Amino acid sequence: MTALKVAVWRGGESGHFQEFEVPRLASQTVLDVVTYIQRSLDPTLSYRFACRVGMCGSCAMTVNGKARWTCRTHVSRVAVDDRLELAPLANLPTVKDLVTDMSAFFDKWAAARGRFRGDTTRKDDFARVKPDSPRRKLVDEAIECIGCGVCYSSCDVVSWNPDYLGPAALNRAWTLCNDVRDVDRRARLEAVAGDAGCHACHTQMGCTERCPKQLSPTAAIAGLKRAALAAALKGEL
Amino acid sequence: MNIRTQVLLWGAQRVSAAVLALCVIVHLATIVYAVRNGLDAAEILGRTRGNPSWAAFYAVFVAAVTVHAPIGLRSILSETFGWRGRGLDVAMFAVALTLLTWGSRAVYAVFGA
Repeated sequence: MTALKVAVWRGGESGHFQEFEVPRLASQTVLDVVTYIQRSLDPTLSYRFACRVGMCGSCAMTVNGKARWTCRTHVSRVAVDDRLELAPLANLPTVKDLVTDMSAFFDKWAAARGRFRGDTTRKDDFARVKPDSPRRKLVDEAIECIGCGVCYSSCDVVSWNPDYLGPAALNRAWTLCNDVRDVDRRARLEAVAGDAGCHACHTQMGCTERCPKQLSPTAAIAGLKRAALAAALKGEL
Repeated sequence: MNIRTQVLLWGAQRVSAAVLALCVIVHLATIVYAVRNGLDAAEILGRTRGNPSWAAFYAVFVAAVTVHAPIGLRSILSETFGWRGRGLDVAMFAVALTLLTWGSRAVYAVFGA
């Protein structure tokens, strides 16, 4: 049985990489490796996970320099010469070891008005939205975000402009802009437009490249740019 | 700067980019034509002076540069050096005026003088 050489970030904003040797197993995921280290080699290692099946979005880390969801990333796909380097997500403050403070990430979802607001009550009938209607299709393309922060961590604009809302929050805003039941579209466009919003995006597509759910926040952001420009030209912004 | 202005600037940069794409192609094609035919400065000026079509073309070119460059420079300065706020906007307006002045002088020298 071969061994993996794993360098793991230890500490907070300042710290160092600590080397571990982990037995190499078939079908081993990066999360399996981290769990082995924590349970068998060093119980003081801090990291986050919950579902282990790619649904909760809590186990994202920087693996060999790229942000990935670790529970669905097989070691065989990412290890170079049986070596792994594991670090916390970039663009977020490190709390300890592989755990980041994701407050800014989720605060920006709120700032982008990423919350549904309708104007019906429980006494009203259900809204009927045709699955093949154009706006519903746009929602389908963006709705499966699990909030893992991989896109946010992979975005250069976030690193250049800390006020930038980031791909996930803007992607969420785009799904709501296309929700025919939502009544907050105008305020949302105002919240996501301009220098700290969608118009700061350089269309480098790092978010789309790395999104583990194969979503395209870039396309969502492009949609927001067009919608906000149309609103600005009409004097609605 | 309010949100609406920021969005309109973004739109202006996109439109000016489309104009510049055409202008640069025509400009490069003109340079290649002039060089291949061995035209010297006097011969080029002889063809451009008093020609309203070339004057209009280069006036549009200068206008597009005046709009496009300061908006892009504003983003670059903001993202690279963290320079934001009114000071940056005033500086970029000054850059736009400078480009417009230099460009207009060049258009006048080549076509109107």
